[in-house]
Amino acid sequence: MGEWWTTVPIGSSIGNYEISSISHVTMSPSRQNNHVSSLPLSRTSYNVISAFCTEDNMPQCISYINQELDSLGLCSTRTCIEASSPGGATINTVPAVNAMYEIMQIHRRNMCNLEELEKEQLKTSSNLDHIQMNNSRLKDQLELSIREKSGLHETERQLQLKIKTLQSCLKTEKDEVQKLQSIIASRASQYSHDAKRKEREAAKLRERLSQLLVDRKDKKLAMDVLNSLGRSDGKRSHWKTTKTTASHEGEMYKSLLNDYEASQRSLVLENAELKKVLQQMKKEMIHILSPRPASTRGAASDDSRDQAESDGEEKAGESNRETLDQSCEQAREHLTNSIRQQWRKLRNHMEMLDSQASQVQNQLESDKEVVPRDTHEDEMERMRREVQQCKEFIHAQQQLLQQQLNTSFDDETAVLLNDCYTLEEKERLKEEWRLFEEQKRNFERERKNFTDAAIRLGREKKAFEEDRASWLKNQFLNMTPFTDRRRCSSSDGQSALSIRSEPEMRISSTKSQLAKSSTYATFSTPKPTKSATVPSTTELYRTLRLIPDSSSSRQSKRGCWQESSTIEDGDLRVKSNNRIRCGDLSIFSLGGDENSLT
Amino acid sequence: MNFSEVFKQSNQLCKVSPDGKYLATCVQYRLVVRDVGTLQILQLYTCLDQISHMDWSSDSLFILCAMYKRGLVQVWSLEQPDWHCKIDEGSIGLVSSRWSPDGRHILNTTEFHLRVTVWSLCTKAVSYIKYPKACQKGIDFSRDGCYMALAERRDCKDFVSVFVCDDWHLLRHFETETQDLAGLEWSPNGCVLAVWDSCLEYKVLLYSLDGRLLSTYSAYEWSLGVKSVTWSPSSQFLAIGSYDEKVRILNHITWKKITQFEHPATISNTKAVVYKEVVKRPAVGSDDLSLHNITIGTTLFNTQSKYEICPTPVQLPVVKPDPDRANPKIGVSTVAFSSDSRYLATKNDNMANVVWVWDMQKMSLEAVLEQTSAVRCLQWDPRRPRLAVCTGNTKLYLWSPAGCVSVQVPTEGGFQVQSLNWHCSGDSLILLGKEQLCLCYMDHDQEDK
Repeated sequence: MGEWWTTVPIGSSIGNYEISSISHVTMSPSRQNNHVSSLPLSRTSYNVISAFCTEDNMPQCISYINQELDSLGLCSTRTCIEASSPGGATINTVPAVNAMYEIMQIHRRNMCNLEELEKEQLKTSSNLDHIQMNNSRLKDQLELSIREKSGLHETERQLQLKIKTLQSCLKTEKDEVQKLQSIIASRASQYSHDAKRKEREAAKLRERLSQLLVDRKDKKLAMDVLNSLGRSDGKRSHWKTTKTTASHEGEMYKSLLNDYEASQRSLVLENAELKKVLQQMKKEMIHILSPRPASTRGAASDDSRDQAESDGEEKAGESNRETLDQSCEQAREHLTNSIRQQWRKLRNHMEMLDSQASQVQNQLESDKEVVPRDTHEDEMERMRREVQQCKEFIHAQQQLLQQQLNTSFDDETAVLLNDCYTLEEKERLKEEWRLFEEQKRNFERERKNFTDAAIRLGREKKAFEEDRASWLKNQFLNMTPFTDRRRCSSSDGQSALSIRSEPEMRISSTKSQLAKSSTYATFSTPKPTKSATVPSTTELYRTLRLIPDSSSSRQSKRGCWQESSTIEDGDLRVKSNNRIRCGDLSIFSLGGDENSLT
Repeated sequence: MNFSEVFKQSNQLCKVSPDGKYLATCVQYRLVVRDVGTLQILQLYTCLDQISHMDWSSDSLFILCAMYKRGLVQVWSLEQPDWHCKIDEGSIGLVSSRWSPDGRHILNTTEFHLRVTVWSLCTKAVSYIKYPKACQKGIDFSRDGCYMALAERRDCKDFVSVFVCDDWHLLRHFETETQDLAGLEWSPNGCVLAVWDSCLEYKVLLYSLDGRLLSTYSAYEWSLGVKSVTWSPSSQFLAIGSYDEKVRILNHITWKKITQFEHPATISNTKAVVYKEVVKRPAVGSDDLSLHNITIGTTLFNTQSKYEICPTPVQLPVVKPDPDRANPKIGVSTVAFSSDSRYLATKNDNMANVVWVWDMQKMSLEAVLEQTSAVRCLQWDPRRPRLAVCTGNTKLYLWSPAGCVSVQVPTEGGFQVQSLNWHCSGDSLILLGKEQLCLCYMDHDQEDK
């Protein structure tokens, strides 16, 4: 079939090579014969070309060729090769050449096709090989997997067998267990039965033994007492009567009753104690909670509501106190409910405090810088202004000097004096300049001190805030009803103040001030309010005074003041310097204030 | 701390009278009564045979001496030395003899627990109580001496009879819900009776005086159960030691478990103080090994010991019990409350060297005493929270909340303390050796003087 297939494209359909083989198949039967016949012909024609056409059979040959050509469809309309002369052995060359050419063309094309087909065949054959190899491999694989499968099947079968045996084993084991259990049960019952029987027997034996022993009137069985004793309580023994049994019963119930009463009493006592504790706790809670809304100046709606609530609670608490003694169900419930409520509120409050503390902590960090910075900047501004003033004074002085110089130039008579004056003035100016420099330096120092003090103040304030927070916390913790409140507030509070605990609660300065005053009022604790107030300028200066450096600087300043004053005294005679002196005075007005404050 | 000289005794029979004035000791067949203060012999009685049991009457006037082998009981009067009383149980035998709380009756349990014979010294009357049960603790008198509870067994069922001790009137008789009753004990206030089942079943029953079942407690099933039961002196707690190495504390209101104390092999509780006895052998130099030293004896063989406080966690020595043997050495066998109910001392049998002291207020472990040898006996001071422990060697160990001390008994001949008894005043302690006894006076005594 392959052979046939390769020959197919020889036909006219070279261009339609790609057309599916089915179309070729349909075409093939009609053409097959032609090709079969033509091919051997063409092959042989190369070898026996001379044998095909001779001088003698030229016309036949030609006609044959014509026929052939006709059949090939090359010269269908006209005879391609005609004998130029019917009798002669010549052929019409042009059509012959044409035919030849066409044949050659065809031949070339066929050759080309052939080549392609060969290539194609090579490819397909290699493909085929590959596929065959693949096929064989797959076959091997298949075989292998089949073998594997059979193996697996085998193992599965074995496993199933095993399972079956195991299941049967399990069944037998289960049976065994059941059997054993039943055996155990039966043994147990048997044992208990036997034990009972034995016990009964033993009892019977004992009975018998005692009977025998009693019956034998054991002579040995006796008590030999010199003389009988009196009862330990000194009373005589009673006859056994129904009365005594009744009295025994009564006695027993009495002792039982006593015991129950005792236990009840202790329970009541305990209950009362607990109630007292509860009551106290409640009171303390009210105490703690009530001053809070008053203290928080930001009269939030929440706070006011709380206050109202706590008022109501207080009333309820009072009523509870009244009903405490009548320990009725309702009162108790009320008490526990109110306590629960208070507790909830307290918890909320604590949570709020917590959040506040965290807020304040952040705020404080900023406050620490902001608060002193305000005053600091104010002070700086003032100093700057003063420096400006000083500069202005100097400028004015210079102008005046210029004027004076000018006027003195105008005055011809005073030329001599002028020189003296200028010299003197120069000297004085130099002196003034020196003074000014010194003042400026002093100012700088003071400014530095001030900033230091302000920072220290801020730090102190922060520490105080921490102290206060811890103190408040301690105070709160000590408010618990289990410890003596007063003792705790005096001793523990102090210790809390002295020992600086970790700052857990920080409250903003302004808020704390108010809250603090109220809490102190309620808890009547003494001192430590003083250092907490917002510092006024005077206090600021006071703190400044406390610094040893500042005091020394102040002294030096005082010296300066004196110096300057002496200089000014000297200057008093000079009219033109009046203004400078005034300026100096104003500059030192600050120092004067300080002095007066000390 | 002072020690008296050593006296002879046999069978560890040595008891101080309930009023604390006299000390009675038995030496073979002789009964010696001494004054506790001077230790001088006040009376000397001779019994018919070797004494196997001896007991004081509650009013400290009479002493009972039982000779079980002969089935005999002899009673002696301290006030009238020539007065005598002899009770012969005859061929029925005798296994146990005790005073009734009024000190005028003697209760004898016959062999095979056939019956309990009640002999009255006042009227010479004899009464019998049948069917007593042979068990761990079958008879208990209430603390005030009014009632006696007796465990009985009839028709393979357990019963409890409550008698009025005054005239032996049967007050109550009720069946208990036990498989095999093992013991019973009155609460110190005499209103609740604790009854527990044998070790095969964990079951503790609480009965009211009038026989009502107040509560039943069972911690677990299918395992060996109760090993020891003790009431706190305040009647507030009932401590139950069991085979699972735990002590469970029941409260007196709901009879539910308050807490349980475990006895782990590793103590990681950092609040507990672990005292470990450390033995320090005296360095014996070559020149010390003289004949002189050896003849003097005791000091050479006696080792010094002291307590060291171990930092937790501490690993305690544990002996694994043989599971195939009956009554395995495991579980809490000793539970003892201090006189003020503040502390509880326990001993776990598979850690025989260790005494545990628990704080009943904090409900936590207070101290652990790790001894070098197995603890033989432990007893609380009847007046103070002070615990005396002996381990069968020549030392006495005392624990108090302040600390722990090991005292060498300074007697010759290697006095080994097997058991100990506090004097009721808590000022002295009677140490019992194998055949000797010795009194130990506490320092407190001297301080008072």
